Amino acid sequence: MTPEELEEIRQNELEAQQSVPQRIHVCVAAGCLSCQSEAVKDALTREVDHRGLGGRCKVKGVGCMGLCSEGPLVSTHSGQLYQHVTAADAGKIIDSLDAAPVSRLAISTDIPFFERQKKIVLENSGTIDPERIEEYIAQNGYRALMRALTEMTPQEVIAEITASGLRGRGGAGYPTGLKWGTVAKAPGAQKFVVCNADEGDPGAFMDRSVLESDPHRVIEGMLIAAYAVGASEGYIYVRAEYPLAIKRLKTAIRQAERLGLLGADICGTGFKLRIDLRLGAGAFVCGEETALIASIEGKRGTPRSRPPYPAMAGLLGQPTLINNVETFANVPPILRNGSAWYAQIGTEKSKGTKVFALAGRVRNTGLVEVPMGISLREIVFDIGGGIPDGKQFKAVQTGGPSGGCLPAEALDMPVEYESLAQAGSIMGSGGMIVMDESSCMVDVARYFMDFCMTESCGKCIPCRVGTYQMHRILTAITEMTATEQDLKLMEELCDLVKNTSLCGLGQSAPNPVLSTLKYFLDEYKAHVHEHRCLAGVCQEKATV
Amino acid sequence: MSKKKLATVWLDGCSGCHMSFLDMDERLIDLADKVDLVYSPLVDRKDFPPDVDIALVEGAVSSEEDLHKIQLVRSRTRLLVSFGDCAVTANVPAMRNPFPVQAVYRRAYEENVTLTPGIPDQVIPRLLPFARPVHEVVNVDVFVPGCPPSADTIYYALTELLEGRRPELSAKTRFGA
Amino acid sequence: MSSTDHVKTLKIDGRDCSARAGETILDVARENNIPILRLCELEGLSTVGACRLCLVEIKGARKLLPACATAVDEGMEVTTNSERLQSYRRMIVEMLFTEGNHVCSVCVSNGHCELQAMAQTLGITHMHLPYRYPKKQVDASHERFVLDHNRCILCTRCVRVCDEIEGAHTWDVMGRGIDSKVITDLNQPWGSSESCTGCGKCVHVCPTGALFEKGRSVAEMEKRRQFLPYLTLMREERQ
Repeated sequence: MTPEELEEIRQNELEAQQSVPQRIHVCVAAGCLSCQSEAVKDALTREVDHRGLGGRCKVKGVGCMGLCSEGPLVSTHSGQLYQHVTAADAGKIIDSLDAAPVSRLAISTDIPFFERQKKIVLENSGTIDPERIEEYIAQNGYRALMRALTEMTPQEVIAEITASGLRGRGGAGYPTGLKWGTVAKAPGAQKFVVCNADEGDPGAFMDRSVLESDPHRVIEGMLIAAYAVGASEGYIYVRAEYPLAIKRLKTAIRQAERLGLLGADICGTGFKLRIDLRLGAGAFVCGEETALIASIEGKRGTPRSRPPYPAMAGLLGQPTLINNVETFANVPPILRNGSAWYAQIGTEKSKGTKVFALAGRVRNTGLVEVPMGISLREIVFDIGGGIPDGKQFKAVQTGGPSGGCLPAEALDMPVEYESLAQAGSIMGSGGMIVMDESSCMVDVARYFMDFCMTESCGKCIPCRVGTYQMHRILTAITEMTATEQDLKLMEELCDLVKNTSLCGLGQSAPNPVLSTLKYFLDEYKAHVHEHRCLAGVCQEKATV
Repeated sequence: MSKKKLATVWLDGCSGCHMSFLDMDERLIDLADKVDLVYSPLVDRKDFPPDVDIALVEGAVSSEEDLHKIQLVRSRTRLLVSFGDCAVTANVPAMRNPFPVQAVYRRAYEENVTLTPGIPDQVIPRLLPFARPVHEVVNVDVFVPGCPPSADTIYYALTELLEGRRPELSAKTRFGA
Repeated sequence: MSSTDHVKTLKIDGRDCSARAGETILDVARENNIPILRLCELEGLSTVGACRLCLVEIKGARKLLPACATAVDEGMEVTTNSERLQSYRRMIVEMLFTEGNHVCSVCVSNGHCELQAMAQTLGITHMHLPYRYPKKQVDASHERFVLDHNRCILCTRCVRVCDEIEGAHTWDVMGRGIDSKVITDLNQPWGSSESCTGCGKCVHVCPTGALFEKGRSVAEMEKRRQFLPYLTLMREERQ
């Protein structure tokens, strides 16, 4: 494969696409699939065939369009978007291609949900068929790889990533260029790149959506990273609970290998990379990088003490680069458009965009990509459309079980790594759960602690026993049997577990408790002193 | 100076701590100069008096009777001492805790009995779901672990308390000592 | 290579110490008779850094670090026994006592137990965490040894000694979080294990009475650890 050959594939694909004047896109990512979008796609295809429109109109499955709550979603070449489409609507939609839109199903795309987003990672989601490499190439796919391999040294690639200001999208926000540089410099005969696709936060589906909608983007990112750090073997560690993502990744890897973009002697440059999938068996802790490595090695997935960091001694003791799905997905556009382009998006310390899975008590739930520095208020009220059913906003939870609950006072805070951490939460991998007045914050904290307790690997004592003890107290509070002494003990436990646990799971497990204690102490006090749940959640439970 | 009022209480334990108390031997006579033993399994008083200065409580809180008694003791005592491992940790009485109370009754009164088996429903105070250390039920001022604490430990602890000091016990005794 | 690459100097609790590069803080502390509590670490076995009792403060470091797994560095200033560290240690030991069913008075290891001794060292006279009273099993199926899960603190010394020294890997850990437990083979009764050689090393590295020899009564089970450094030394010499 040469740059010229790649361009030829691109041109051929674009011509083929333009030769069909009418195109209908049906979302076939997990959200819409689960509400029967496959049947919608089949019905549309049948209708097109039935009417003999084969040469004029093409129906294709595409990735996530974002507004998951309104699925199945269908869009047409003219930009018209339809929601809640059923197979029975197929005829009407075909009719409308040459006429006015089907008003019953139409949804306007000039609403803030679409207008306020900035798509880099999701630029192809909802427009290309994730199962065809040609469509990715047509959108300038693999051009960044080509540029890196033919025009840049590995050092220049790292310099470009460093200059872009990209930081790890898995949650901690470690500077990506710095990590790549460390792996590149670390001595080792065999180096590895690993893509962490063990997305496990409750309510989070960013990585899943990227893998289902645009898998080649992640593979291209891994290829560029492998070239930059000098790795020749790669693994994608993806949860087994994501069968569709796994299927599409497998297809994408096969296609890339067939075109010589993956495997031995890539593009005739001598650079080689083999990528294998490893399926996680459902342990949240395996998202922690050292546990993930242990799991790839076939051992029990438990974390180990760092240092040494995986960048120095990772998989099989060799230097290993581990980045999250979204981090890799940001790499091709950075190399394509230049670091300066990327660095002008976002804030001083947090560059680029962030994908969030917007869920909970908000009108528009789904997948959104926003520039860093946007306020939580804009995400929840403009993009998310605010709280439904006339209820009051109470809190927004970011960062999953490692994150925290932020109250209305924090809504005007810019979304960036430092400000979120300062407020007692974290950026996290991108789960964002909105809660209204019907949520009891103690109950929410109990839920997350239950998650951490169940997902603790049991290796270190503070996390193993501390999460159990904190969960016990939180349960007692929701059952109105806790005392002021229990509250004090819980603060003590939070401090201990945060400061002495072995890995990030334990160190961050108290965050949901600490943030709710900080912002919603009155709710705790009402349970303990007045045996009253301000949201009415716990009383209900007690009477059941 | 008037003598301090000392009480000793026996909840769910083997009375080994009381035996160890008696092992103070001749030092008991010294103690008798400083305290009045106002309530104890070792003396004849039936009800727990008011205004007790120091109460040594042996045993875990296992039954409704224990619970009633310890609450009364707490309300009438200035310094409550968790005396021995059963009071401090619930120790051996707590070994029934992983099992449901009914299973414990069946084991004690039916499975292991040859003569007139049957779970009594009168006279015997009902068991609580768990045998618990005293400090999980009422506030405790001083902890003296040991199974049993040695006579030396008890003497040291008591004399320190009588002098108005807090005994430093970790060098002298431990769990299971 | 200059000598500073091989030799590091550091301060532990204000005392000047020297160390070979690659040594851990715990190695150096041990050499200098500075006591650092630990339960999972045992000389001669690999390091897991799991019990968190050996956490120390290092000047300039944001986090507490395990002495057993942290290599010394030039100019390091280590504090091993601040009030904060001691209070964390007390709480961690309390966590162990309340997590299982530890009844010292009737334990085969009474008087020879590392957990019991540690509670005394730390001045723990009672638990301010509530007890859990879990229902746990005892496996007495092995002809010579017994495993009592009630007393297991999941230090994984048995797992490591069996894998690293005996080479049998009979032991491992199953389950998650508070429900984790050590198992023999694929969670079969120890007595039916085909990989167990019956060497007894696991029994003797066990810090509590969780693993003991049959026929031992209360307070009769003393563990012998001398073999470990000796075995390690002999292996190193052979290499």
